[in-house]
Amino acid sequence: MTTLAYALSDSRVMLRRNLKHQLRYPSLTVMLIGLPIVLLLLFVYVFGGQLGAGLGAHLGRHEYLDYVVPGVLLITVASVVQGTSIMVAMDMTGGIIDRFRTMAIARASVLIGHVLGSLVQTLAAMAILTGVAFGLGFRSSAGILEWLAAIGTLALFGFALIWLAVALGLAAKSVETASNTPMVLLLLLFLSSGFVSTATMPTGLRQFAEYQPFSPVADTVRGLLSGAAIGDHAVAAIAWSIGIGVMSYLWAIRLYNRRRAAEQR
Amino acid sequence: MTGMSAATGIVARDVCKSFGDHLVLDEVSLAVEEGTVLALLGPNGAGKTTMVRILSTLIAPDSGSMRIAGHDVVTDPDGVRAVIGVTGQFSAVDNLLTGAENLQLMADLRHLDRQAGRRRVSELLEQFDLADAAHKLLSTYSGGMRRRLDLAMTLVDQPRVIFLDEPTTGLDPRSRRTMWQVIRELAGAGATILLTTQNLDEADKLAERVAVLDQGRVVAEGTPTELKGRIPGGHVRLHFADPRQLRSAVELLPAACPDQDQLVLQVPADGTVEPLRELLDELHRNGVKVARLSVHTPDLDDVFFAVTGSHVGALSDQVPTPQGAGR
Repeated sequence: MTTLAYALSDSRVMLRRNLKHQLRYPSLTVMLIGLPIVLLLLFVYVFGGQLGAGLGAHLGRHEYLDYVVPGVLLITVASVVQGTSIMVAMDMTGGIIDRFRTMAIARASVLIGHVLGSLVQTLAAMAILTGVAFGLGFRSSAGILEWLAAIGTLALFGFALIWLAVALGLAAKSVETASNTPMVLLLLLFLSSGFVSTATMPTGLRQFAEYQPFSPVADTVRGLLSGAAIGDHAVAAIAWSIGIGVMSYLWAIRLYNRRRAAEQR
Repeated sequence: MTGMSAATGIVARDVCKSFGDHLVLDEVSLAVEEGTVLALLGPNGAGKTTMVRILSTLIAPDSGSMRIAGHDVVTDPDGVRAVIGVTGQFSAVDNLLTGAENLQLMADLRHLDRQAGRRRVSELLEQFDLADAAHKLLSTYSGGMRRRLDLAMTLVDQPRVIFLDEPTTGLDPRSRRTMWQVIRELAGAGATILLTTQNLDEADKLAERVAVLDQGRVVAEGTPTELKGRIPGGHVRLHFADPRQLRSAVELLPAACPDQDQLVLQVPADGTVEPLRELLDELHRNGVKVARLSVHTPDLDDVFFAVTGSHVGALSDQVPTPQGAGR
């Protein structure tokens, strides 16, 4: 086998290991997938009546469900990457990483396994959430192409946030820290156009909300699913995803390689 | 392969490593001939683990040269990784997998083909007495089972050079014996083994050669017999029933080393019968009652304390000083 073939084989082995972890650590997996579902119910049935009325005359809960689904899909992404961060930190603080490091395996395969595993988990969690949303009465005007574009947008953005979570997991000194830092993403999501139109926000907050990564992604997905105009949101969404992804990737690789040099004992 | 000694086994020359201001390894040189066992012996903090971590490519040395089975540790770490197996002090197992899955993971990462991998996994489960627990999650494993699995994972690809960092620390006596048996079998099968231990008995039982590491320096090196030969003699431990008897004995035997707390007197002795008879006769004539006695022939403990001089101070109350002064 060539070096590349070994690298692919090692990454596949690590991916399988991570998928098994998700099944073997169901409390984490269920929590990460459960949180967005609970928030979806909360937004639709508790806040939805009033928030829906704000969307326009004679509109209500049902219209708000259609409005909020992209936002909750982003909660799903933010929630899953919290798990990524935790799993990476668990790996780095445990003994097994030293074993991997004394073996002739493709160095990046450990991280690639985490990234691909989380991507699979993100897609599965979004599928479950979409199913629940349909059960609650969500309807979309999107055709196959729009659905694929929406999934692609979310997957690309998810991929970027997963690398960010990997870097955060590597930067964390403990598993607890790794589980807390990605919470910032959730906060950032609430300060975006995911749940209410930015037009209803005070000026300063609105400007912030319009120029942060979650808003263009939420607007793009909403546009694709509801048939509303997307404008330049799609370009912004893709640019943010690539930017965050590349920066996080470089940061993660640097942290991963530096751990060895900084190692005490 | 070029040059027999350089191309085989483990050769380390003048390895230095500091963490900040703290010098952990100070020009450590070691050689382990192919197919032999070297025990790196030393107290906590002597630098044993650091040495293993450097040799197994986990951390880089500040200076020094090291070759493992002919591969340079610094310039060809992947070459080294392909021939070594490492079992560290802390268990390097995947807690979210079963025992069999852990072994299969190693087989996959070592790129064994499917059939060979499966065969090796079941072989190792059998050999390490883990077959019954093969499909249980590690959370149900005992400490001893984890250690066995840990070592089994190291052996999946039958490495030629094996590092074992305190392989029996924390094991119960039975598991320790099993571990010793496994290490002997590995050595018998031709593996080159470097093991670290704080246990002198372990070094004596398993290793052809022993290197004593103290505060980052190799302070003694040789076969267990050679090292024991450097210590002049053994001693007799006399146990007394009360402090008064001990005091009387000390007056009679000024060269001996008393331990007031344990009511024990250590008298230099070489293990022959006549001097011992004379000693007991003399005590008897003077009315000193000895409750019990034990004869102590020199072992690696004596060597250890003799060569790691700086530690004797703290321990001198319990430690034999078998220099035989006064004889």
